[in-house]
Amino acid sequence: MELSATMTLADMPIAGKGCVTGMTLPPETHRRLMEMGLTRGATFQVVRYAPMGDPIEIRVRGYHLSLRKSEAAGISVEALP
Amino acid sequence: MTAPLNKDFVNMVTRARQVALAGNPNCGKTTLFNALTGLRQKVGNYPGVTVEKKAGKFFGTHGEPMEVLDLPGTYSLHGRSPDEEISCEVLLGERADTPPPDVVVAVLDATNLERNLYLLAQIMELRRPMVVALNMVDIAEARGIRVNPEALELALGVPVVATVASEKAGLVELKQALSRATLASPVNVAPMPEPIEEAIKSISAVLISVHPERRGAVRSEALMLLSQSEESARVRKSPLIEMAVTSARKSVCSAGWDPVSDPVEARYAWAQEIVEKCVRGTEGHGITFSDRLDMVLTHQVWGWVAFLSVLGLMFFCIFTVAQYPMDWINSLVDWTGGMVGTMIPPGELRSVIQDGVFAGAGSVLVFLPQILILFFFIGLLEDTGYMARAAFIMDRLMSRVGLHGKSFIPLLSSFACAIPGIMATRTIENRKDRLATIFIAPFMSCPARLPVYALLIALCFPADRVPAWEKAALMVGMYVAGMAAAFLTAWLFKKTLLKRETPMLLLELPPYHAPKLRGVAVQMWHRSRVFVYRVGTVILALSIVLWALARYPRPEDANATPAAAISQSFAGRLGHSMEPAIRPLGFDWKIGIGLITSFAARESFVGTMAIVHNVGDGGHEDTNAIQGALRGDRWPDGRAVFTPLVCVGLMVFYVLALQCMSTVAVVRRETGGWFWPLFQFAYMTGLAYVASLVIYKGGSLLGW
Repeated sequence: MELSATMTLADMPIAGKGCVTGMTLPPETHRRLMEMGLTRGATFQVVRYAPMGDPIEIRVRGYHLSLRKSEAAGISVEALP
Repeated sequence: MTAPLNKDFVNMVTRARQVALAGNPNCGKTTLFNALTGLRQKVGNYPGVTVEKKAGKFFGTHGEPMEVLDLPGTYSLHGRSPDEEISCEVLLGERADTPPPDVVVAVLDATNLERNLYLLAQIMELRRPMVVALNMVDIAEARGIRVNPEALELALGVPVVATVASEKAGLVELKQALSRATLASPVNVAPMPEPIEEAIKSISAVLISVHPERRGAVRSEALMLLSQSEESARVRKSPLIEMAVTSARKSVCSAGWDPVSDPVEARYAWAQEIVEKCVRGTEGHGITFSDRLDMVLTHQVWGWVAFLSVLGLMFFCIFTVAQYPMDWINSLVDWTGGMVGTMIPPGELRSVIQDGVFAGAGSVLVFLPQILILFFFIGLLEDTGYMARAAFIMDRLMSRVGLHGKSFIPLLSSFACAIPGIMATRTIENRKDRLATIFIAPFMSCPARLPVYALLIALCFPADRVPAWEKAALMVGMYVAGMAAAFLTAWLFKKTLLKRETPMLLLELPPYHAPKLRGVAVQMWHRSRVFVYRVGTVILALSIVLWALARYPRPEDANATPAAAISQSFAGRLGHSMEPAIRPLGFDWKIGIGLITSFAARESFVGTMAIVHNVGDGGHEDTNAIQGALRGDRWPDGRAVFTPLVCVGLMVFYVLALQCMSTVAVVRRETGGWFWPLFQFAYMTGLAYVASLVIYKGGSLLGW
């Protein structure tokens, strides 16, 4: 998989694994995402995209979380093998 | 229930211990609440807000009474939705209407321990006596996750009880833990990085000096103040505290730490550490049954098939299966009304009881089967976990008009009745999203409109022709028109009045599990009771008012026909005086009366038409007779009143206008004021008027 410095969660393919490296989102959104377990260093796997392509479903900290691409695009990630 | 005397005696001797259940959504908290209390529960509202307050009673090991509160499920105590704010306020003991809990039961989902521990970390910061219920240990075991309760108890420093709430396992142990004479407050808390601990100390010192009585939860409050962003400032404290917070924040930042994200990361680090200590065997990468189901239910093709099938089945049950109990209720109400009627001499009293009370109450009760079926399906879908998938599938469509996947459920409910639909918006966190959803919910065609549609559609076509598919298409068209108006309105609002960023969606997709029918039944019972009570009282009162409007003043000629009587009654006069306003739509004064009486319930239109056209007695109208009478209705110049064009215009009016007192009352309650219901009424009725006008004038121009 190609790695790039500015990869976001919205760019991840289905079944792709990654880890959160940072966020560029409004503070309240940022906190909410973190409280749901998306802290720096948290690993996740993309499970699927909804039938219409948005939102995304990921597996993080042992549960399934769904969020929109617009938020996912503000979460920078590093792809893991 | 204990007898009142007994209860007073017990309260006198020992005050019942106040227990609060707190935990994440989907952790089995409500199942535990039901298991503890049985049916000894009371569902109401927290005063001033529309958050459901579920309180119940149970008895401890030694038979001592305990009062338990089921707090709304939350992921965090950082109040952002009304639900979370309430949980936080109750736990902090800030609400005047709710006594501070003596002990908190933190419910943890053993299958999802790490994220559940995050909330636990926040609850422990409150330093209230607590007991941890480690729930769903059976499902965790089945998935190969073994949580060791003893190790957890050791790591947390508070009592831990393993439970399987759905099978009532561990309840005795939980009650034992709650019955202990002295309850331990947590000592261990998630440690924060050094500069943040310093900040907590400096804020705490000021907090204690200002509010010495709140020493207990001071760490929690200090952390909340430190890490809350300006936009969500929940607590406005004294300038002294503000100063302390500002300077503490500055020193945290200058040390290179972040007051918002670092406490969150510290709690998760603590949670991870505990998981490492207490959990053996993590979930393998094997595909679970739930994953397999999701492959179908959220599939690009099969997902839609399943989704539409579920909706289809639900509406089939609401519209066909419910018909039988609805007929029974109708005949029961008629029979009772008749019975009561024979016991009262003819006159005003009999009239108000038969035509006011019984007709009014009957018009509400008759919808109960449909509403129960709706609540059954919603409860079932929520309980199995499918609702979250429905929101997941629908979110993209809803977001186009600025709504939310979570708006889908309330809108769906509104097809059965706008009132439960509007009550279901409480799960939507953002106030603007919630208002937008409440605003458009009544556009969904409810069953009360069906009799009106059915009558008018029949009038559209010549009596001898029965073009079934054309009728069906027209009926579907009315439903589509309502949905189109709803989405158009939502889109319009997104651009103007409720202008905002497209709201964010954060949705947990819990594993599927078999529904607990008992829980669904309990929920149906509570929800329908609220419905019957709230709506019943409003409609009953209004039915009597409308009865009086249609009955008084009495005609001077005692032998006047009912049609002549209603024509000169207040309602008739209102109809006459509003005729100039509705004539541009092709409506005459008789339709005007129907529009007025529809306020009690839209289907009253049919009965009113029967009365004003002198058909039957208004209660047992023969549909063919009404149709015949309406077909023969003429303007003074001999033109037919109910032309197909007028019928379509009138149907569209019924689709769009907010002709339902109960909805207005519920919106007032849910939005906490008169602005929204009145604005909604004006907007919807205005839209209905304009749409009917366009149809009638446009159609007339085209020569239809």
